[in-house]
Amino acid sequence: MRTVWIIARHTFKECTRRKIFLIVPLITIGFVVLYGIGNHFAFRSTEGTIEAEPGLVDATALVGSTLVGLSMFVTLFLTSSLGIFLTFGAVRGDAEIGLLQQLVARPVARTRLLAGRFLGASVLCAGYALFLYLACVLVTGSIGGWWPTPFLTPGLAVMGGVVVVIALSLLGSVFLSALPNGIVMFMVYGAGLLGGLLAQLGEVITSSALRTTGRITSWLLPFEALYQAGLNSLTAGATGLTRVIVQLGPLGGAQEGGPWLPLWTLAYLGAVWAATLFAFARKDL
Amino acid sequence: MEPVLDARALVKTYGATVALDGVGLSVGPGELVGLLGPNGAGKSTLVKICCGLVKADGGEVAVSGSPAGSDVARRSIGYLAELFRFPGWLRAHEVIELHQELAGSDGGAGEVDRLLDLVGLGAVRSRRVDAMSKGMQQRLGIAQALVGSPRLLMLDEPTSALDPAGRRAVREILETIRGRGIAVLLNSHLLSEVELVCDRVVILNAGRVIAQGSPADLSATKGVEIETSAGIKRWPDAARADTPELVAELVAAGEQVFAVRPITRSLEDIYIEVLEEAEIR
Repeated sequence: MRTVWIIARHTFKECTRRKIFLIVPLITIGFVVLYGIGNHFAFRSTEGTIEAEPGLVDATALVGSTLVGLSMFVTLFLTSSLGIFLTFGAVRGDAEIGLLQQLVARPVARTRLLAGRFLGASVLCAGYALFLYLACVLVTGSIGGWWPTPFLTPGLAVMGGVVVVIALSLLGSVFLSALPNGIVMFMVYGAGLLGGLLAQLGEVITSSALRTTGRITSWLLPFEALYQAGLNSLTAGATGLTRVIVQLGPLGGAQEGGPWLPLWTLAYLGAVWAATLFAFARKDL
Repeated sequence: MEPVLDARALVKTYGATVALDGVGLSVGPGELVGLLGPNGAGKSTLVKICCGLVKADGGEVAVSGSPAGSDVARRSIGYLAELFRFPGWLRAHEVIELHQELAGSDGGAGEVDRLLDLVGLGAVRSRRVDAMSKGMQQRLGIAQALVGSPRLLMLDEPTSALDPAGRRAVREILETIRGRGIAVLLNSHLLSEVELVCDRVVILNAGRVIAQGSPADLSATKGVEIETSAGIKRWPDAARADTPELVAELVAAGEQVFAVRPITRSLEDIYIEVLEEAEIR
């Protein structure tokens, strides 16, 4: 465990020295300010329009959940990108430029070196995802007065999604050089996103084939299934006409995760981790 | 005395390419062994197997009596790869500290200072790696390899990118290290360097050991050359011990002798010769 912590700490230090901790907060502030402006005008523009029939549609819930849902999309994208950039060259990439051999020659298990990279990147990215989610929820709640119920579940789903992306990126790094692995990871991310969109489209046009294809894709790449589950939980409390309208909006068709999704995610992470270690243990450096 | 490194019948293939074909090598305590050979001879593969970075397909390697790659073996080695890089954002002392932590060294700040002083980087201990010259990084690499007081140091081309002054600095460091009883396996293309510092030389070609011995043995006198009033005469098969008799014969024959030179060969001559012989075979 000591080695894992040493490597994880090394990742944190790298982020500090490479000014990631300076640039990311600045961009985050820019994003949150922009999001706040969007919230301000979105809530103001809906006042007195959608609520023409008071009690039929909860405009606050509609706008709030839509905005937080969109912020979750951005959050997952930003944090996944950060996670990919932190890990895409972890094994083969670092070995090719001579960074890894000096570390692996030390009396530490390869498993622990990799676990340190995984822990460091996961804590950073998942922590950042939670921070960004809470910041956006706070902005929406403060400006529009809408708070998600359950409060934390969507954020936790995004955090889980980021961890899955990082695990896949580490697995890819055993086989591919940094650049090809980065490209593949963004394509995998895009494939997951496409799976989610297909499922949503299938929901809207009531095509069970499309819905099934989309769902299978997003469960094969469970960062998308987690994101969908997070979106779904945002509007879980909406009822009546509000729910119907929400279903027609950008959150419509978001798949419910159900009790199996966390278990599936854990099993998936375990399998990806085992494959990564198996390949890394046998890799000539 | 048990060798620090004992490799036997090592075999390694990469697809259809045979990198090592039954290589055996041993390095005794405090011995400085030079590993020579052309590109692709299998030198780096051999070193990497000894470090546990590459798995052999056959044969066995023991480092300090334990299988290569085991924790015990890795605790007793220091390694510097041919193509190595330290993160540019780390400072010199942080590189050493990181490796201290990974090696489980309890040398603390004293070891950091001692190693940086040994390689002449004491004055720039807080300089970032990306602000160091190639030569400084190479010396930092050697300091890193010495973390944890290893019994065996494996250096893969440690002087390849250095200027003459840098090479001399590394040579002096190696002599200091040998003085401390640390065994060194030095993989190098620079024959003059190897000839100057190594106790023993092993020449690899196409994954096989084709010659080994001390530089003095390998480059032993081969013939005698005598400058006389009748010109320069050569006895290619004569040994050094034959010289007085040859001179006496010449003088007895009425010739004047101006100079006597034993014909010696440099390590480079030997190296080229054994490689050519290997090619012919």
